[in-house]
Amino acid sequence: MESFDRSMIGGVLKKHGNDGASLIAILRDVQGECGYLPKEVLQYVSQKLDVPLSKIFCVATFFSSFSLEPRGKNVVSVCSGTACHVKHGGGVADKLTRQLKLSADGKTTADRAFTLEKVRCMGCCSVAPAVRVNQDTYDHVTQDAVNEILKKYGKS
Amino acid sequence: MKVTGRKDLEKLKDKGTASLFPDRVRIMVGMATCCIVKGADKVMSAIAEEVKRQGVRASVVPVGCTGLCYKEPTVEVVQPGKPKITYGDITLDRVPQLIEAIAKGMVKKEWALYQTEREEQLVQGGYHAYGRGTPKELKGIPKHSDVPFFRKQRKIILRNSGCINPEKIEEYIARGGYSSLLKTVTQMKPKEVIDEVTKAGLRGRSGGGFPAGIKWLSCSKAEGDGKYVICNVSEGDPGIGMHKSLLESDPHSILEGLIIAAYAIGAKEGYIYISSGYKLGVQRMEKAVKDARACGFLGRNILHSGFDFSVKVKEGGGAYVCGEETALIKSIEGDWGEPRQRPPFPAVSGLWGKPTVINNVETLANVPVIMTKGAKWFSSIGSQKSKGTKVFSLIGEVNRVGLVEVPLGITLKEIIYDIGGGIPRGKAFKAVQMGGPSGGCIPKRLSNLPVDYETLAQAGSAMSSGGLIVMDEKTCMVDVVKYFLTFLEGESCGKCTPCRVGVRRMREVLTDISRGKGKKEDLELLEKMARLIKEGAICNLGKTAPNPFLSMLKYFKDEYLAHIQKKKCPAGVCTS
Repeated sequence: MESFDRSMIGGVLKKHGNDGASLIAILRDVQGECGYLPKEVLQYVSQKLDVPLSKIFCVATFFSSFSLEPRGKNVVSVCSGTACHVKHGGGVADKLTRQLKLSADGKTTADRAFTLEKVRCMGCCSVAPAVRVNQDTYDHVTQDAVNEILKKYGKS
Repeated sequence: MKVTGRKDLEKLKDKGTASLFPDRVRIMVGMATCCIVKGADKVMSAIAEEVKRQGVRASVVPVGCTGLCYKEPTVEVVQPGKPKITYGDITLDRVPQLIEAIAKGMVKKEWALYQTEREEQLVQGGYHAYGRGTPKELKGIPKHSDVPFFRKQRKIILRNSGCINPEKIEEYIARGGYSSLLKTVTQMKPKEVIDEVTKAGLRGRSGGGFPAGIKWLSCSKAEGDGKYVICNVSEGDPGIGMHKSLLESDPHSILEGLIIAAYAIGAKEGYIYISSGYKLGVQRMEKAVKDARACGFLGRNILHSGFDFSVKVKEGGGAYVCGEETALIKSIEGDWGEPRQRPPFPAVSGLWGKPTVINNVETLANVPVIMTKGAKWFSSIGSQKSKGTKVFSLIGEVNRVGLVEVPLGITLKEIIYDIGGGIPRGKAFKAVQMGGPSGGCIPKRLSNLPVDYETLAQAGSAMSSGGLIVMDEKTCMVDVVKYFLTFLEGESCGKCTPCRVGVRRMREVLTDISRGKGKKEDLELLEKMARLIKEGAICNLGKTAPNPFLSMLKYFKDEYLAHIQKKKCPAGVCTS
């Protein structure tokens, strides 16, 4: 991202009182607007808040909810909580990786249609294993159901 | 309206009671995260539409989690002259018929799980009957008290979950809410509040079960002004959805407990720190804070007592280690959540260097009940050293998965078989995992152990925040330990070497074992690493990281040996 909407970022900062103590909330809002945390925007936030860029980088990489890379149009989250693991959620994650043709450490497909993430407990352990695509959550997901789910989001 | 005393509170209570026990039909749909995953939101809209279409005079309200996760979506119906009926598995296709029955003043018996004639009013005492007066018991539907899932449960923390609309403060008040706050700030001295909590024997409902009263006392004695109270909703154990559920189902019970804690220690500001991704919980807690402020339970001169207190809701960024007190504090300060050495403990030097008390959601939800019912009543429940109840997320290979609250001292067997209905598909029960990544497994042969802090710790497990994962013969113990170590490796903050490097090495050795590449000296090596990590790590994430391995080695050594010597996974999970 080379250019970005300074007034939009300014609005986010203002909402949080230009307060460095609200950095996590600010980054969350920035990610909400941009889809991820672009370097240029973080540099701008650093200047405006007078917080070192190194600190912002630390916070952004420490917490799992932030991404420094652009994410796909559809975000597929596989729950990796204990209940989901015991109920074979790992197999579902492997199947998704294969179907989306991602390498072991790759997260986003080349066409940026899908990003696959393993997330910590989603809090719906009773329906394990669980998979979320964007805002929709699927319960009791089996490996066989994976293709059907991906199809709904345009995976051919 | 601003509440200034008992009279105003009574007015709101009447309003809430009218809404909980109305003259007309009230249809309640369980709408916590787990319910929504099963389609409760769509069911609720369909019910609202159908009610309109069939011209039924009814209010359709979202409530929290009833705990009956295995029967979601659940719908409860209150009709004049009838007990409350709880229906399970109400999917979209069943909605028209259900509403048709209600329109005729009938009950759809075949879908009914149980009936409730009267609701216990835990805080104020006594019962409130449904159906205006004494409803007639309906034949052919079990009574709530006879349902095996509930028979051995005792609801104190979850007293309102699934019963009230979490976004209506007057419904919380109708259940005795904020009367404890009124009593505390107008009739009790802070020291008396602390004494009562100490006498009650309330222990922290996470980690090692530190006595809440003693924590409060040391903070209240600590020098310096500008103290803080924090509610920790950040125990991101992989495999528990219970804190989320309480937050979504009854936010005011947590908030009232927090305000009382603030009064006791002399704090004027507080935070509710919520783990990342708990969107609905954050939304409901923010609404609760706003409503409590409008009623005068927060802000300046609370209930005309001269006590000031304000609270902010803070959302975390997603890190398991932020459940640790010092890491949580750093995160609230806008930093990355790296723990620091203790002492000084947060009660002496916490948020912004000020004395700070941090309690978890369940601990706080108990406080209003203790203030009204008294320490003696509370300490009569539970075992000798562990008082009260504990909420467990009963999940894994068990027939009735759900959110259960049981008196401490109950045996594991009672939870798994009497409440949970045993293991599905005729499989054999193998072990139960408690305490998440910092806990351990308890094998079948010890299932008669009472559930309390000391017994679980002696057995190599932990109460922690309450995940109770039942495992059958198809679960591989080596795989489970590898899973927890992989999780902890990713969540280690990296500050201290024993945790950052040690946990990774342990995971690597275990991975080799699971792939049939284990060597016979590996177990000794793992044990040595476990000891060094426990001794050397800075915080509890590291100190407890070896626990899952140690407990499983204690009870399932054979399984490790089978992987190492015979290069075989007895459960058939690990592939080489």
